[in-house]
Amino acid sequence: MTTLRMREALRDAMAEEMRRDEAVFVMGEDVGVFQGAFKVTEGLLEEFGERRVRDTPISENTIVGAGVGAAIGGLRPVVELMTVNFALLALDQIVNHAAAIPYMFNGQARVPLVVRMPGGGGHQLGPTHSHSLEALFLQVPGLLVACPSTPADGKALLKAAIRDDNPVIFIEHESLYGTRGEVADDGEAEPLSFGEAAVRREGGDVTIVGLLKMAHVAEDAARALAHEHGVEAEVIDPRTLRPLDLDTILASVRKTNRAVIVEEGWPHGGVGANLATLITEQAFDHLDAPVQRVTGADVHMPYAKRLEQAAIPHEEHVVRAALAALEGSI
Amino acid sequence: MPDLPDAGTCYELLARMTLIRRFEEEAGRQYQRAKAGGFLHLAIGEEATIVGTTSVMRDEDYLIGTYRTHGHAIARGTDPERVMSELFGRVGGTSGGRGGSMHIFDREKRFMGGYGIVGGNLPIAAGLALSSEYKGEDAVTVCMFGDGASNTGNFGETMNLAALWRLPVFFLVENNLYGMGTSVERHSAQTDLSKKAEGYGIPGERIDGMDVVAVREAVAEGIREAREERRPTLLEAFTYRYRGHSAADPEVYREREEVEEWRRKDPIEAFARRCVEAGVLGEREVEEVREKAEQRVTAAVAAADESPEPALDSLYENLYVVEEAGGWYAVDERSPEPHRGEREEEEMPEAARELAEAGAAYGGQPDGPRPEGRPNPARQGDAQEGVEPEVSGEVEEPDVAEEVEER
Repeated sequence: MTTLRMREALRDAMAEEMRRDEAVFVMGEDVGVFQGAFKVTEGLLEEFGERRVRDTPISENTIVGAGVGAAIGGLRPVVELMTVNFALLALDQIVNHAAAIPYMFNGQARVPLVVRMPGGGGHQLGPTHSHSLEALFLQVPGLLVACPSTPADGKALLKAAIRDDNPVIFIEHESLYGTRGEVADDGEAEPLSFGEAAVRREGGDVTIVGLLKMAHVAEDAARALAHEHGVEAEVIDPRTLRPLDLDTILASVRKTNRAVIVEEGWPHGGVGANLATLITEQAFDHLDAPVQRVTGADVHMPYAKRLEQAAIPHEEHVVRAALAALEGSI
Repeated sequence: MPDLPDAGTCYELLARMTLIRRFEEEAGRQYQRAKAGGFLHLAIGEEATIVGTTSVMRDEDYLIGTYRTHGHAIARGTDPERVMSELFGRVGGTSGGRGGSMHIFDREKRFMGGYGIVGGNLPIAAGLALSSEYKGEDAVTVCMFGDGASNTGNFGETMNLAALWRLPVFFLVENNLYGMGTSVERHSAQTDLSKKAEGYGIPGERIDGMDVVAVREAVAEGIREAREERRPTLLEAFTYRYRGHSAADPEVYREREEVEEWRRKDPIEAFARRCVEAGVLGEREVEEVREKAEQRVTAAVAAADESPEPALDSLYENLYVVEEAGGWYAVDERSPEPHRGEREEEEMPEAARELAEAGAAYGGQPDGPRPEGRPNPARQGDAQEGVEPEVSGEVEEPDVAEEVEER
């Protein structure tokens, strides 16, 4: 085990898979000479050269589309889009092509493509650079969606994503790139399977599901709930949204009878909206309270620090939602 | 005028073009009989561009095209039976009935699709070429698209990337003068499409796409440059579709005389005449080609008719590649059961099956009329073709206003 920052863990995942498999290569805007806008691809050009670490023009739809074509042709491209927001320029290739091709050509073509993209707010980047679009990608059948919150998961999931034969949307959070954690070295552990949630904290009173940065906010809230309110929350990080480890979430809800879902994205049609429906459909008889959602504000991310922070979920919001779910029982 | 190739090649070129023509005519007829649904884009008139191109490709080369590619697949060697079955939405189709007319695909023949989004195939072509280049293979990707696609962002982005990375790709714009119903003069500021990639470092050339021999020569050179020099080029082939954009096209945007004028330049008749006049082929061989095409297309319709409709259990098939299913991959709202991927397809729950059957019943009987209220778009198009719709009396009269055409 080694202690690494998230960005280093992700870099190691790519480097290890590139050493393991010649078919794996990286392309994207400024991933080479510049070393990545967020320095995630640092050092890759030096080790693997321009053939396998390819700087691209600013042409998102074509970068992803070239990735689709290369994947159909037998390679395993890892495409970096500089931010989640820019993925909107590539939605045609992501939705109409990468996701649809295996199905519409009846399995004659596979698209083992990974599209990495960082998102999330908190850095005063304003309305066009702070999106959390997990729900948008989650909605598309044919895509897998990963959203790691720790360096260990980041590395393990990225390795699994690269080895997977399905197109994977790999969402990173800009605020987590610098966080440190223990990470398995090459060969020490098998890559994490998609569809395995992590129970970050056990508890019997309320289930809190949080993803990406909100997985950490959920844990902070759980500690506050324990210290200040005597409430034991169970915290679950789904780690991947497709496939979704709904079984682990349902098992927890059946135990606690209450659920709070925390995400940074918009509320309408969000990850929480979807998950709340699934929980209601699958575990209605076990619920003692309506499922609570904590989401980003239903606005475009404002620039001013005060407003931006007001638009992002914090520990207090989660605590309040958990207490609302518990109202009458404590 | 370029010289004719040898007799065997001439026979093969004529046979392929004739087969595609006959296939497309029959596809239009089957569409009017409601055997094929959705949109149907026919390439009648464009056979020389298609066959001229594929006739100089190697087996290992990739071909990628648009939503008007029944002929491209057939030219590449895909059985017409499989293409017709795809139009019928049957399991024997190239995509097992998943793709339909706009999404023909045949991996074995390296025909890499049939794409319904205008310009969507361009970046994928660059990626296919990149995969060949990366693996040190000799294959060239031939990317065909229409004049309308030259206005998409993908066109500029892909031309730039292909030239920048010196990819082994060859671009061919099938200029049939209209992006759906909008003429080139009305949709492109630069009407010489062969010049549109020059600024990206990709030289272009214009040729007569109605002359199969001219197409062969120009494409062979373009493929050679891509293969040997890693120099992508753009060829603009002038061609013409006699039929409407799709079968649901009232053709208000062009004159009947224009269609007639192009028909006089018919690529198949002109080539056959030239071959006979040059003594390369006899009248008897030309007739034989027609008969064989007729027989093959009749067989294709029979095969498509006999091919079963897809099983309801296959609804989620090939959505994901799943080795070891963990978690929920897809959710079927009609049943409380999760789908964990292909492996569980046999275990479709009874409740879900019943509901799927109830839904599928809305598809109507395969041989019967369309359900009430669903007009057959075939009835309003191709007026100039003079084709009398062969429909039974049970079929509803179409309501033109309800039909919405895509681009």
